[in-house]
Amino acid sequence: MANINEFHEESGITVRNACDGDLLRIIALDGQISGINKQEYWQESFRRFSGTKDGRHFLVAEKDGHIAGFIVGEIRAWEFGSPPGGWVFSLTVDPDTRLGGVATIMFDTICRCFKQAGVDKVHTMIDRSNITVMSFFRSQGMMAGSSIPLEIDLSEREESS
Amino acid sequence: MKLQRSSRLALYSVLELASRPDEQLSASDIAAKFDVSLNHLAKVLRDLGRARMVEAVRGAGGGYRFCGNARRTTLKDVVEVFEPITLHDAGGYEPGDKTDFGASLAVVLGEIDDIAVATLDSITIETMLKLTNRVQKQTALETA
Repeated sequence: MANINEFHEESGITVRNACDGDLLRIIALDGQISGINKQEYWQESFRRFSGTKDGRHFLVAEKDGHIAGFIVGEIRAWEFGSPPGGWVFSLTVDPDTRLGGVATIMFDTICRCFKQAGVDKVHTMIDRSNITVMSFFRSQGMMAGSSIPLEIDLSEREESS
Repeated sequence: MKLQRSSRLALYSVLELASRPDEQLSASDIAAKFDVSLNHLAKVLRDLGRARMVEAVRGAGGGYRFCGNARRTTLKDVVEVFEPITLHDAGGYEPGDKTDFGASLAVVLGEIDDIAVATLDSITIETMLKLTNRVQKQTALETA
């Protein structure tokens, strides 16, 4: 069980478990960055990942009383054939607080949670065009993994069959 | 993927200079470290200077220094000074390109291009220096 509530004196950032009152801000922040309102998706993600469920983490970073970012992940076993490992599904930082160490502190925290749970590898997946987030994960030492994501438009598949 | 010699030399030079931000290094120091001709290196440094990634400091104790932003400058930024990264950028028509097989081969090669561009574009000079430190530590552990 991970009950996170950590204040980082140097940056003034607190990382803690997300709570009910954070949901609207999370939806708004994601909408601001992605340009898409995904209210239902975030409500469902919040239901699944928030609190102190084993291996699941929905963390927020708070600075000066505002939610400056959030990170979501969980431990999954044998996902795509991989041994148990941490997966980070979402990492979002308020553009006004970027380069302030928010993402690094959240990523450090979730990696520590994963490690304490006994896994030794963290995975994520990012769209190739999302250079900002990919650069961040690269700066944390992440490299291309052994899996390659594949996809197909279903209409294209129907045409070729 | 294989980079042209000028691109590799440019990356080595930028990384060497960025790893020692308080120093100016002579072209001959860099040429000696990477075992390349001074003439070739001088041309590379001139091109990097035009791209505002390095600058020459004149006078006693002068030399070259990195003047870009290591947190912002990516490997792609450096390589693109010297060569097109994608086949599409390289242009030119190859025999067979206009056939059905040529068109489908272009789709596959385009996929490789996209991954190469995203990789080079997501790794900054600062990230490369961190990677270099990790590789050094790993090598030291393996040889201990």
